[in-house]
Amino acid sequence: MSLKKRIIPCLDIKDGRTVKGINFVGLRDAGDPVELAKQYAAQGADELCFLDITATIEKRDTLVPLVREIAAVLNIPFTVGGGINDVALAKEIIKAGADKIAINSAAVKRPELISELAAELGSQCVVVAVDTKHSHESGNLADSKNKPDESTPTDFRLRGNKVYVAGGRVETELETISWCQEIERLGAGEILLTSMDHDGTKNGFALELTDTISRKLNIPIIASGGGGTSAHFEELFKDTEASAGLAASIFHFGELPVPELKKQLAATGVAVRIPVNAGI
Amino acid sequence: MIAIVKYNAGNIGSVTNALNRLGIENKVTDDPEELKAADKVIFPGVGEAGTAMNYLRERGLDQVIKELKQPVLGICLGMQLMCSHSEEGDTECLGIFDTTVKKFPATAGMKVPHMGWNEIGRVKTAISPDKDVIFKNICTLDDINKSSFDDIRLENDVYYVHSFYAVPNQDASAICDYIVPFASILNKDNFYAMQFHPEKSARVGEQLLKNFIAITA
Repeated sequence: MSLKKRIIPCLDIKDGRTVKGINFVGLRDAGDPVELAKQYAAQGADELCFLDITATIEKRDTLVPLVREIAAVLNIPFTVGGGINDVALAKEIIKAGADKIAINSAAVKRPELISELAAELGSQCVVVAVDTKHSHESGNLADSKNKPDESTPTDFRLRGNKVYVAGGRVETELETISWCQEIERLGAGEILLTSMDHDGTKNGFALELTDTISRKLNIPIIASGGGGTSAHFEELFKDTEASAGLAASIFHFGELPVPELKKQLAATGVAVRIPVNAGI
Repeated sequence: MIAIVKYNAGNIGSVTNALNRLGIENKVTDDPEELKAADKVIFPGVGEAGTAMNYLRERGLDQVIKELKQPVLGICLGMQLMCSHSEEGDTECLGIFDTTVKKFPATAGMKVPHMGWNEIGRVKTAISPDKDVIFKNICTLDDINKSSFDDIRLENDVYYVHSFYAVPNQDASAICDYIVPFASILNKDNFYAMQFHPEKSARVGEQLLKNFIAITA
């Protein structure tokens, strides 16, 4: 009996359509986010994440009506992110029916936005997405010997992880672990941590970094990047305190369907929600 | 007609959406007459207890809700406001349920808010399918036949998001455990309340909403 580890499929949206090719059997329109959302909910996904990658500045016209449509059909919680940079738009998206909004670059640019959103919407609605990558110029163990420090070698090595913005294109000065601590301090409800070193590899999640951050923080961490097999999710949930695992293509292409992943996780003793339909 | 109490709290739209999906006619209103005349009333809410109670008092809705005779369902903050007092903002609440609302104590390794899917929990008393209609099709026949206290656990997962919880009292129909035991469902006379969000709890949530709608006063 415990809080379940969440499995979150992530859908990229462009101009109101899902972008990555999606391969679901029996789907009438694989590019329709509303159809997909229903399908994932029926499969037992615990939550969905929609990231709008539309290049336009003006998102109100396309994104808000889409959120309204999704909210009308979806019976599980969902997060909407992608280019949200002010309180007014975030409010509109929540009002349209999203449970949470995710911000990324805008939070790096103006960290107080996190506090403003938390005050306006409640912390539980505010997810801050952090794209991280190890910058090999700093933070190797050899350096640590020259700098007397209270931190453990692991902490020091992990300090080479830097925050990236603008869809992962631009490196910032921010060190990932301290940025995550700052995000919590500013009142965010959750962190979506994407390891760019692992994203797309299907070789497993960034376990050490996720573990370190999830232990230092009291807000839930959603790990993203690298999940390719159920074993990867198993080690994520057994070796770190991550509350959720997020992935995209492995779910979209049917490589690892959500029900199969959950079945395998449950078999290895990870607490996941297996929808019980008995009697319903 | 199901009336949904309109006040300064979030997630009212989610409840409307959920009822629409079930094909149940509903209306969001803060008109006391409409609330009194409705077949059933849902009192939803995500937000802060103090500001919500001030809003209700200013409009006299606190008295209206307390005196409703038809089945009433409080959800999340709505449930907490139906208790006597909340630690959140040291707020005097409606006092429908004789219990208090506290903040989860900080505990190493346990995240607060309690957010995500967890089970409905232990059922405090033996379920009788005639009396406890709220559990219809949620528990199995096997559960119903058990008769001793705490024997029944509803393992169906539902979606929770909360940092405060209602202390279980005699009105607790179900108790979930997270850091401490807390009331996941309360029921006293015509008043029902759920700490989790049935409107976001997939099919289990839909069944619970249907069960509430099916209650005959």
